[in-house]
Amino acid sequence: MHQLTLAEIARGLADKSFSSEELTGALLARIQQLDPQLNSFISVTEELALGQARAADARRAAGETGALLGAPIAHKDLFCTNGVRTSCGSKMLDNFKAPYDATVVAKLAEAGMVTLGKTNMDEFAMGSANESSHYGAVKNPWNLEHVPGGSSGGSAAAVAARLLPATTGTDTGGSIRQPAALTNLTGLKPTYGRVSRWGMIAYASSLDQGGPLARTAEDCALLLQGMAGFDTKDSTSIDEPVPDYSANLNASLQGLRIGLPKEYFGAGLDPRIAELVQASVKELEKLGAVVKEISLPNMQHAIPAYYVIAPAEASSNLSRFDGVRFGYRCEEPKDLTDLYKRSRGEGFGAEVQRRIMVGTYALSAGYYDAYYVKAQQIRRLIKNDFMTAFEGVDLILGPTTPNPAWKLGAKSSDPVAAYLEDVYTITANLAGLPGLSMPAGFVDGLPVGVQLLAPYFQEGRLLNVAHRYQQVTDWHTRAPNGF
Amino acid sequence: MQWEVVIGLEIHTQLATQSKIFSGSATTFGSEPNTQASLVDLGMPGVLPVLNQEAVRMACMFGLAIDAEIGKRNVFARKNYFYPDLPKGYQISQMDLPIVGKGHLDIALEDGTIKRIGVTRAHLEEDAGKSLHEDFSGSTGIDLNRAGTPLLEIVSEPDMRSAKEAVAYVKAIHALVRYLGICDGNMAEGSLRCDCNVSIRPKGQAEFGTRCEIKNVNSFRFIERAINSEIQRQIDLIEDGGKVIQETRLYDPNKDETRSMRSKEEANDYRYFPDPDLLPVVIEDSFLETIRAGLPELPPQKVERFQSQYGLSAYDANVLASSREQADYFEQVVNIGGDAKLAANWVMVELGSLLNKLGIEIDQAPVSAEQLGGMLLRIRDNTISGKIAKTVFEAMAAGEGDAGSIIESKGLKQVTDTGAIDKMLDEMLAANADQVEQYRAADEAKRGKMFGFFVGQAMKASKGKANPGQVNQLLKAKLEG
Repeated sequence: MHQLTLAEIARGLADKSFSSEELTGALLARIQQLDPQLNSFISVTEELALGQARAADARRAAGETGALLGAPIAHKDLFCTNGVRTSCGSKMLDNFKAPYDATVVAKLAEAGMVTLGKTNMDEFAMGSANESSHYGAVKNPWNLEHVPGGSSGGSAAAVAARLLPATTGTDTGGSIRQPAALTNLTGLKPTYGRVSRWGMIAYASSLDQGGPLARTAEDCALLLQGMAGFDTKDSTSIDEPVPDYSANLNASLQGLRIGLPKEYFGAGLDPRIAELVQASVKELEKLGAVVKEISLPNMQHAIPAYYVIAPAEASSNLSRFDGVRFGYRCEEPKDLTDLYKRSRGEGFGAEVQRRIMVGTYALSAGYYDAYYVKAQQIRRLIKNDFMTAFEGVDLILGPTTPNPAWKLGAKSSDPVAAYLEDVYTITANLAGLPGLSMPAGFVDGLPVGVQLLAPYFQEGRLLNVAHRYQQVTDWHTRAPNGF
Repeated sequence: MQWEVVIGLEIHTQLATQSKIFSGSATTFGSEPNTQASLVDLGMPGVLPVLNQEAVRMACMFGLAIDAEIGKRNVFARKNYFYPDLPKGYQISQMDLPIVGKGHLDIALEDGTIKRIGVTRAHLEEDAGKSLHEDFSGSTGIDLNRAGTPLLEIVSEPDMRSAKEAVAYVKAIHALVRYLGICDGNMAEGSLRCDCNVSIRPKGQAEFGTRCEIKNVNSFRFIERAINSEIQRQIDLIEDGGKVIQETRLYDPNKDETRSMRSKEEANDYRYFPDPDLLPVVIEDSFLETIRAGLPELPPQKVERFQSQYGLSAYDANVLASSREQADYFEQVVNIGGDAKLAANWVMVELGSLLNKLGIEIDQAPVSAEQLGGMLLRIRDNTISGKIAKTVFEAMAAGEGDAGSIIESKGLKQVTDTGAIDKMLDEMLAANADQVEQYRAADEAKRGKMFGFFVGQAMKASKGKANPGQVNQLLKAKLEG
C-alpha cells in the first residue's frame, strides 16, 4: 500500500479497496519500522492519525467525497499543530506544544487528511542539508551516507522512502525544491502569498512560502489544492481565486516557450547535471515546446542579497524566543540579561546563532543602508530581470541544484559552500515567483532535479509541464533500494 | 546669564478603538491580567499581525484636524529590543514613512496671545504590556492586556519656550483628541502620556543646547513640575561649570526632581526595518474625504465662532472651547439663559472654581447646564441679584433642586416693590442719623465712599433681596434731598 501515490490512494478510498484506517495503520507501521534509518520524523502522531482516519472513514460512509479525504499527510515541524509539539527542529521549542493550528494544517484537516506526524527539518528552516536539527541529521534514502537536502529534509526523505505519499514543506531559499531534487521528488514552491503563512513559524517572512512535496506533479496538484487560498489572518496572503490545479495537467505543450538562462549553465554546475537538464529539454521539445536562451543578468547578486535579507528578518523574527513565555528557559537565571543570554545561547544551535548575528549586524545603525537597503535594491533588479524574461517566454528551465546530494558533514565546516548550493533556487524567493523541481535522472546513483519557474500565480502551468514530462519519463517512479 | 528654554514633546495617545491594532482582542482598561491577550498579543510562534482599519481612520482624523500632510503610502516598521513586556522582541511602529506628516496646532497663552506649535509627525504603533513588580516577591509579573493597544505618537517641533507653554500644548492636544473622539484622554490610566525633551541655551543663541528627555510623565501638573525642575537642574549644572549630557531621565514627583535613567551611549540600536508581515498602508483620497466630511467642529473653529457669535474675548473663547464637554455645557447654558457673557462668566468663574474645589471634570458637575441656564434667566428678569445668585448656585450644587424652587423655599426673591424699599431705606437712614449728617457735610469725593456704606446697610437690612438698582436710585434721592 505504501507504493501508492496520493491520486491512487484517492481512487482506492473512493472505490473502497481499503479504508483510511487500514492505510493509516499500514503507514504508521512502516514509519516505525524504517524511519530509525532515516530520522525523517520528529514526532509520530499515532493516536491523532488513527482518530482522524476513523473520522474520515465515517465522513466517507456518510456520503462525503474528496480527493484528500482520508489520505495521509505529515507536516514539516514548523507548521503549528494544535496540542502537538511543534519544535522547528530546535531545542528552543522542544517543549512547545502549539496551542493552535496553522491555516495549512487546519485546511488539510478539514479536507479530511490524516496527520501521521511532524517531519524533521533544519533548525528554524536554516540550512540546505538538514544537518542543523536539534533532533539529528536526516539521511537520504538514496544513500544513507548522504544528506537529503534541506531545510525540508525530513519531509523529502519520508516521501522518497515511501513512508507516506506526500508532505508539506516550506521554501525560503529553495527548502522545498532542493530536497525534492536531491531525493527524486516533485516539490512546488507557490507564488508568495498563495499559501497562508498563519501558524507557519517564520524564518524570513518576506521569502517563506509553504508548499507540497510528493512523487508526482499530479499529487502536488492535489495537495496544493488543499493548501492554497486567501487568508484574512495573513496580511501578505493574496486574494486571488484558486484555480483547479488538476484540470489542466494534460494540456498540450505545443508552442510553449521555454527560456534557458545562460547564467544557469556556467561555472559551478556539475557537467553531468547540465547534460541531464539538456536531456529533459529535449523531451519537452518533443512534446511541442520551443526553447530559447535568455539572460538573468543580476543572478550573480542573488546569494549575497538573500544572505542579508533572510538573516535580517530572522534576527527579528526569532527575538520572541526569549525564555519568558514559552520554549526553552535556562536553569536559574541570575537576572533578566542572564535569562536572555543563556536561554538563547543554550536554546539555539550554531547556524541559527550565526544567522541572527549576521542579520543583527546588517540592520545595525550605520550598516543598514550599505547592507539591507542595498540588498532590497538588488531584489528589485532580480524581479525586473524575471519580468523582462517572461515577456518572451512562458517558463524558465534550469537545474535545481549545481550538485547532487553531498556526504553528511561534508559542508558543515564551511557554511558558505553550503549557501552556494542555493544559487538556482534563491531567485524565485527574492522575486516571489512560483517554482517547481522534478526528477530528471541520476548521477552516481543520486537523484538530479530540474527546476521550472513561471510567472506569478502560474502554478497550474508548472504542474502541467511537469505532469506531461512525467507521462513520457519514468525518473519519478524509481524508488531507492531498501524502500 | 539669561537662559532660553527649548521644549519639544512626544505625546502617546491610546486610540479608542474597540479592538487592538493588530489583533481582535478587546482594549478595555482594568481587566484581570492577561485576559485580553490573544495568541497574537502573546507573540506566539507563527502568528501574524492584521492591521485594524479603525486605528488608521482615527490617525487620519487627527492628521486632518492639525492640517497635516497624510502619508498616502505609510509603512510599518519593526523597532527591535528585548523587554519582558514586549512579547515579540520588537514593537511594530512607523519610522521613515509615518501616517501623519507635518502639521500644526494653536495654543492660547495666559496673556491672551495665541502661539502656533509645529507638529513634526504622528505615527501609529502598538503599546507594550506592563511589568508588575509588586505582589511578586523576587520576580516580576507580566500583564499583556495592554500589549497591542493602538497608540498614536505625536511628535512636536521644539517650539515651546516654557513649562507653561508645554502644558498649554498638551492640553490642546488632549482637547483635540477628545473632540475627535479618538482617545479618552484619561491620563491617570495612561491613555495619554508624555515624553518631554528639554534643553536650555543662552538667550540669543541660535543653536540648541544638549537636550534631556524626561520619560513618561502622565499629568498636566507633573509635566509642568518635571520640566521646571529639569530646567533648574540644567541651569545649575551649566552655571557651576558643568555640561548637560544627552540622556533619558525619569521624574520623581515625591522628590520633585528628575534622575538619570540611561545615557545616549546606553541607548538601544533599535534596528528599524519595514515589517515584512504587513503591507504598506495606501490611503485613498476618497477615504480621506469621507473622514474630512465627518469631522466635528474643532477647537480653532469653535473659538472663532464663540467670538463672533457670542462676542466673547479671544481668551474666554479659548478657555471655554478647551474641552468639548465644557464648550457644549457653555452653549447649553447660553441657549437657556440667553446672555452669553453672563453665561461665560458663570461657567468659567463660579462653576470653574466649584469643579476645582471638588477635583472633578465638567461632565460630572453637580449643577447641570439646564439648572445654571435657568438660574441666569432669574438674574436677567430681576428675580434675584447677581449676589443672591451665588447663594442659589451653592444650593443647586448641594443638590437642593433648581433655581426656581430654591428661590421660593429660601425666600430669596428680590424685592422690587418701590414702596417697600422706600420704607426700608427710611428706617435704615433713621438708624444711621449721624452718618447721614456727616454725608451731607462732606465733599463730593468723600460722599462717593460713604454712599457705599449706605448701600451696604440697605442690602444688609433687606438680607440682600432688595433690587440693587432701585436701592441706588432711591438712596441717592433721599440723601441728596
